[in-house]
Amino acid sequence: MSRKRNYLRGMKAGIPISLGYFAVAITLGIAAKDAGLTAFQATLTSFLINASAGEYIGFTLIAAGASYFEVFLMEAIANARYMLMSAALSQKLKPGTNTIQRMLLGYCITDENFGVSIALDERLDPFYTYGVATVAIPGWSLGTLCGAILGSVLPTSLLSALGVSLYGMFISVFVPESKKNKIVAGLVVVSFVLSYIFSRVPIFDGISQGVKIIVLTVVISLAAALIFPVKEDKKDA
Amino acid sequence: MHNVYIYIFGMALVTYLIRVLPLTLIRKEIKNRTIRSFLYYVPYVTLAVMTFPAILDATQSPISAVAALALAVVMAWFGMGLFPVAVLSSVAVFVLELFL
Repeated sequence: MSRKRNYLRGMKAGIPISLGYFAVAITLGIAAKDAGLTAFQATLTSFLINASAGEYIGFTLIAAGASYFEVFLMEAIANARYMLMSAALSQKLKPGTNTIQRMLLGYCITDENFGVSIALDERLDPFYTYGVATVAIPGWSLGTLCGAILGSVLPTSLLSALGVSLYGMFISVFVPESKKNKIVAGLVVVSFVLSYIFSRVPIFDGISQGVKIIVLTVVISLAAALIFPVKEDKKDA
Repeated sequence: MHNVYIYIFGMALVTYLIRVLPLTLIRKEIKNRTIRSFLYYVPYVTLAVMTFPAILDATQSPISAVAALALAVVMAWFGMGLFPVAVLSSVAVFVLELFL
């Protein structure tokens, strides 16, 4: 398929992501304003970073007057899961993708953009992900801007409904694979249970959301890789 | 007093390096079976971990969240695409919360 065609397909997949981002980012914009950032600074942060948990942590620490080092270190921890996603995408990319294309693709990696890109049946043409990002990332930046300027003017019922769309997207990535592969189905159940325990048991309260995600992802995926190594004919990881 | 722009550009740089290094450094197909298997499982596990229980706090009531979760799972199981699943779960939450 041509680049242009893939780019347009990506843009279509980016529409629900953009709407969900817009809603979620409004809360983020409010948090940025509370931390003392201007609307411009809040929007710039969202445009450059594109990471909900990472930005929240950043704003919280900035508000607390934390040192640069502390903020950058927490940012690295909160966003470490993108390293795993980036590694997974490196194996999904179609052959011949050059360095510039890879560098651009790196900027586009968010949970959702990754989700739709990894879910493709064929090898990934980076232009597909560029298309997704072209639509999705402005939603994130504009949502942050609206949050920082307007505060909470949108009705909660609307934000509540839009907020769930991001999870609908995640679900539509892991459910079809669970249908094909019983091990993945089992892992999804295990992930739900462990993630629930991690978030609800008080002894884990001191661990940030980003750290919980990466610890659970690494532990569960590694255990699965050791116990149920993928057969070599299933190469489309 | 800290400079906000140093915070912003520093965070952006750290995040970008995390995102771009594996993509640019891993150029070959990984042959190791365990690493291949690990990378195959990562996306599904990480998306599942991020979905639950976070979805319960995404809406005004856990009831509408559970309903949206169940509906999305059923729709995705029966082959509906990303867009309809995302939109219809949002609509379900909106409608349900009119009554909750």
